[in-house]
Amino acid sequence: MTNFALIADNGAFVEKNVDLESAALNIQGMTVSYGSDPAIYSVDFNVAIGTLTAIIGPNGAGKSTLLKAAMGIIPTVSGQVRFFGKPLSKMRHRISYVPQRASVDWDFPATVKDVVLMGLYPSIGFFKRARPVHLDHVHSCLRKVGMQDFSDRQIGQLSGGQQQRVFLARALVQKADVYLLDEPLAGVDAATETAIISVLKDLKKSEKTVIVVHHDLSTVKDYFDHVLFINKSPIAQGRTAKIFTEENLSITYGGQLSAAKSGLAGA
Amino acid sequence: MGSDFVALSLPPLLIGLCASMACALPGNFLILRKQALIGDAISHVVLPGIVVAFLFTGQVSTWPMMIGAAGAAILAVLLIELIRRVGRIESGAAMGVIFTSMFAAGVLLLEQSDTSQVHLDVEHALFGNLESLIWLDAEGWASLFQIKALAGLPVELLRMATVLLAVSAFVYIFWRPLALICFDEPYARTRGIAATALGFALVTLTAIAAVAAFDAVGSIIVIAMIICPPATARLMVNSLRSQVIYSQVLAFMATVLGYMFAGYVPLWLGFSNTLSAAGMIASMSGVFLACAALFGPHRRRNI
Repeated sequence: MTNFALIADNGAFVEKNVDLESAALNIQGMTVSYGSDPAIYSVDFNVAIGTLTAIIGPNGAGKSTLLKAAMGIIPTVSGQVRFFGKPLSKMRHRISYVPQRASVDWDFPATVKDVVLMGLYPSIGFFKRARPVHLDHVHSCLRKVGMQDFSDRQIGQLSGGQQQRVFLARALVQKADVYLLDEPLAGVDAATETAIISVLKDLKKSEKTVIVVHHDLSTVKDYFDHVLFINKSPIAQGRTAKIFTEENLSITYGGQLSAAKSGLAGA
Repeated sequence: MGSDFVALSLPPLLIGLCASMACALPGNFLILRKQALIGDAISHVVLPGIVVAFLFTGQVSTWPMMIGAAGAAILAVLLIELIRRVGRIESGAAMGVIFTSMFAAGVLLLEQSDTSQVHLDVEHALFGNLESLIWLDAEGWASLFQIKALAGLPVELLRMATVLLAVSAFVYIFWRPLALICFDEPYARTRGIAATALGFALVTLTAIAAVAAFDAVGSIIVIAMIICPPATARLMVNSLRSQVIYSQVLAFMATVLGYMFAGYVPLWLGFSNTLSAAGMIASMSGVFLACAALFGPHRRRNI
């Protein structure tokens, strides 16, 4: 089963046929609405295995909505989501989702270790306590994000960047094949940004697929090999080198063009 | 003293303990899910349901009451949703409107109906009738081992103990998914947890605990116990497991101390009247919370 992923207004095509069976994520005709206004509509989105993709667009463009709808957290009006050619319900164990840091209350009574252990939830089982093998795995994932010394720290005492790294560690313990991250670099310190990007690039090296909602246009070219421009519906998608152009930026950001331009100049 | 205590004080105390602990246990999770007011809402909205059940059956018995309460709760949920959508009002405000007006309607219904034969009036709805739940067949501690005497225990005790057991079993079995939906519900959904169903089960069990407790100990204890012991525990400890254990210990202590201060201490001090046990138990839980807010080790946290 193959199809051409068409790109809207600007006429560019994704460079080759996309094989749906081998696409890590394939979304067709997705529409999501809050109330009567569609938050996103007619979204076709294809992500090849082993890529590192940024989803960019202005505030309110529906970037987070797209991830949440793909993960089945919010209902869709129409459209179909496939991971490796199969619906999410059959692929949950291979997909890992990192929500926005601000979406949870960090005052929750838990330690760093407790939160990362949540990522192992189905494999530990209902009644059983975490076994040493689970704890070892948790510690190795904390080490990957540079948080190994904070295992017993109360999560409310962490900085924003540290909280974000804990969220990433919770996603890593799942040993998933696809990672969807919602604004993982928003409001984090430089050290955290470096740590997170290095983990994401390592994932890509081991043929994992990473999809990131991203806001900082100046770093898109350095961090991501693929981009989706979206503003309610997709504007363009493909290789960063090819489609991260001033034209696509201006279509996507419209009135916020100056900010977009400065981002491009900085890249 | 011994036989008096067993007959007059032990049953109300045990019923109070079961009610307090059964309400405090789900309260832990409701508070973490920012749904603390649901307990408050439930204990108010069920009143008209219970009164209507009484009007139909003419007696205060468990099952009709439960059904009436459940009907009222469902009606309340529908009305809240209706007001939220039609009136475009934020859900907390919609809840506030519904639970106060349904409680008021319940009070009016009570006044209009002839409930003089039974323990059902506004005061009973608020404070329960804890002191009247006595064990007439008891002749001392030995009665606890006599099957014949045990049969005379107030039915409320068995009912409350069953509810406490059910709530405990639910929390034990669903510990991990419950913790996950309290901390991060969207993520829980991505892991295949039926978050909506689990959240609904939590609220339903709380409602069952609240309605069962309502009859025996009144809505004051229900409201206080769903919120105060878990909130107090949160200020004292920093892990979910300890918070839940502490909340149970605090509910236990508030009930024992409250019962003592209401029933015994005034007499020891030379007053001729005892105080309302339900009122005193709820007050104790408030005093605990105040102490924890002032002196608790974890009262200052990053907000």
